[in-house]
Amino acid sequence: MTTNTQITRTSNLPKIIHYAKEFLFWFVLIATFLFSIFPLYWMFITSLKPRTDVEMTPPTFMPFVDYQPTLDNYVDVFLKDRAGAGFAEADQEATRKISEFPTTLTNSVIITTVTTILAVLMGTLAAYAFSRFQIKGEADMRFFILSTRMLPPVVVLIPVFLMFNQPGELVNNALQNIPISFIQAFGESIKDFSLRNSYIGITLLYITFGLPFVVWMMKGFFDEIPKEYEEAAMMDGYSRLEAIWKIVLPEAFPAMLATSVFVVITAWNEFVFVLLLNRDNATTVPPFLFSILGYGQVEWGRTAATSVLFLIPIIVFTFLARNHLLRGVTFGAVRR
Amino acid sequence: MAEVKIKNLSKRFNLDSPLAVDGVNLDIADGEFLVLLGPSGCGKTTTLRCIAGLETQTEGEIYIGDQLVNGLPAGERDIAFVFQFYALYPHLSAYDNVAFPLRAQNLQKDEVDQRVQQVAKLLRIEKILKRRPTGLPSGEQQRIALGRAIIRRPQVFLMDEPLTNLDAALRTDMRVELKHLQADMATTMIYVTHDQTEALSMAHRIAIMNLGVLQQVGTPLEVYNHPATLFVAGFIGTPPMNLINCHLNGSNSLSDESGAFTISISEIQNLKSKIQNPNAPLMFGVRSEDISVDTAEGAGEVRGEVIVREPLGDETIYEVEIGQNIIRVKTEPTLILNTGDNVGLNFAHDRIHIFDAESQKAIKF
Repeated sequence: MTTNTQITRTSNLPKIIHYAKEFLFWFVLIATFLFSIFPLYWMFITSLKPRTDVEMTPPTFMPFVDYQPTLDNYVDVFLKDRAGAGFAEADQEATRKISEFPTTLTNSVIITTVTTILAVLMGTLAAYAFSRFQIKGEADMRFFILSTRMLPPVVVLIPVFLMFNQPGELVNNALQNIPISFIQAFGESIKDFSLRNSYIGITLLYITFGLPFVVWMMKGFFDEIPKEYEEAAMMDGYSRLEAIWKIVLPEAFPAMLATSVFVVITAWNEFVFVLLLNRDNATTVPPFLFSILGYGQVEWGRTAATSVLFLIPIIVFTFLARNHLLRGVTFGAVRR
Repeated sequence: MAEVKIKNLSKRFNLDSPLAVDGVNLDIADGEFLVLLGPSGCGKTTTLRCIAGLETQTEGEIYIGDQLVNGLPAGERDIAFVFQFYALYPHLSAYDNVAFPLRAQNLQKDEVDQRVQQVAKLLRIEKILKRRPTGLPSGEQQRIALGRAIIRRPQVFLMDEPLTNLDAALRTDMRVELKHLQADMATTMIYVTHDQTEALSMAHRIAIMNLGVLQQVGTPLEVYNHPATLFVAGFIGTPPMNLINCHLNGSNSLSDESGAFTISISEIQNLKSKIQNPNAPLMFGVRSEDISVDTAEGAGEVRGEVIVREPLGDETIYEVEIGQNIIRVKTEPTLILNTGDNVGLNFAHDRIHIFDAESQKAIKF
């Protein structure tokens, strides 16, 4: 009998370790999941709470169970603050004006789309050149491109502000020294040109932020795509541009999409620069979100509803791109 | 169809790197199957890529037909290239892969289709035309790549180790097929490989390269029977040629340093006349099949001890130690020797090779 028990004991031990490992794996996984999903969940249920329930202690977690969900907050997002006291409730609702949310959301979409398309396009071409051609000082250039990402962006906030504020005037000052009348006239005409409060300015800035990332990501992908593809196409009578268009880009498309997800998120979420530069015009959602936090009592329900609406386009985009993200680049036909 | 002429071709990848291709001269006749053979890094692929226009040579001239193609981009040289890794476009079907070169010429759809079907029939890939290359067996990928090359009816085929990635049985089949294909189309073919069996079995002529330098150009039997350099002697043939350091000694014979290996040469006067310095270091070379074993006591031109026996079925290879040297001998499988046996060896004197150890070149005598 002693031998028997010994056998069971030795054979059980690996099983126990196996289950323990399994348990630990799932425990960590689920804990991490809950930890990251909870803020989103909290934001979502808060957006559905009536005003009175938002700051209730102890907090409530279950819509329909703890409180009756309402879409009031979502309506609020699209309307300006209520007018001051002294008006009847009905009058208040009738006179409330449309808020900046639709405008800022449109701005966000425009700026992010243009930024992403241009940054990915230019970055992809630069990355292709880095990957395929022998370029003098390539390593230094690549390091320089990377180095622009090494500083926290806030460090360049002031210089960027000064550059964007009145570049026209700076150019004009220089041009006025040239004693040629039409050049001076040209200087006069652009004197008031400013990159602040403009779509072009903020888009340029976001492209600048996004490009290094695109160049580095896409260079990695291009290095993985065998150069024999283009060589074969070029042998077959296509020009290099045609080879890129017909062979390389279809191969690199999933990678471009994966890269663009990151560019989209960065541009979509950017707050500090747009707050400083585009205070009056071409403002995006993040500063708007900040503005509705208000100075006195914070309207959490409305804030949460705005955040949810702000999130939706990103979720949709990522969802549409997910198949490509997972597929990645295929190399099947070239054997290594 | 065209001949290819290469004059003084040199290629240096970086200013401070050694020459990858060093002054290669090569004339390839119209319709010839020429194999560029050599170990990896010998410059054979670089030479091929220069001909293709995928690399720009540092020096030298390349003619295809009568045309100097030095400045011409790859697409305008009217040549087709088959890559070692096929380089089939993964997002296109086999059909589109094969049709790809024709689409560059803006041909009519009907003609494209007709020619694709024709090539597909020739290469027996009709059934897989609709499939994408990814996931197809390597033999079929290989056929698609060949199809893409031959559909354009180019002047010259360039092939860069196209059979390396196939398994052994398929490789033997494809070797025969390629040879037939080339003979049928009578198109000039330049074929790069490191596999001497491929080279010997397929080529009209073989050009052997080492360290960027062209060693010898000749028919398979020429390079086998009359290697021009020590490198060719050691590279061609399985097992490689036996090579022994030796020098002329006072009497009419060659011997190694210790004198354990001494062989008298009947045409020694002839040999001496070809050598300026009588003390020059030489290499004695003999193929393992040109040696016979004599088991009689005291017989043979040299005597040594059997140290290894390799029975290969249709033949047996013995390694025989003579002083510092080891000589491989190919024998009939019926001859059974044991390790430790003392045997005599006789050489086929009309088939021995003498090389100048310094210049590495064969001395004809």
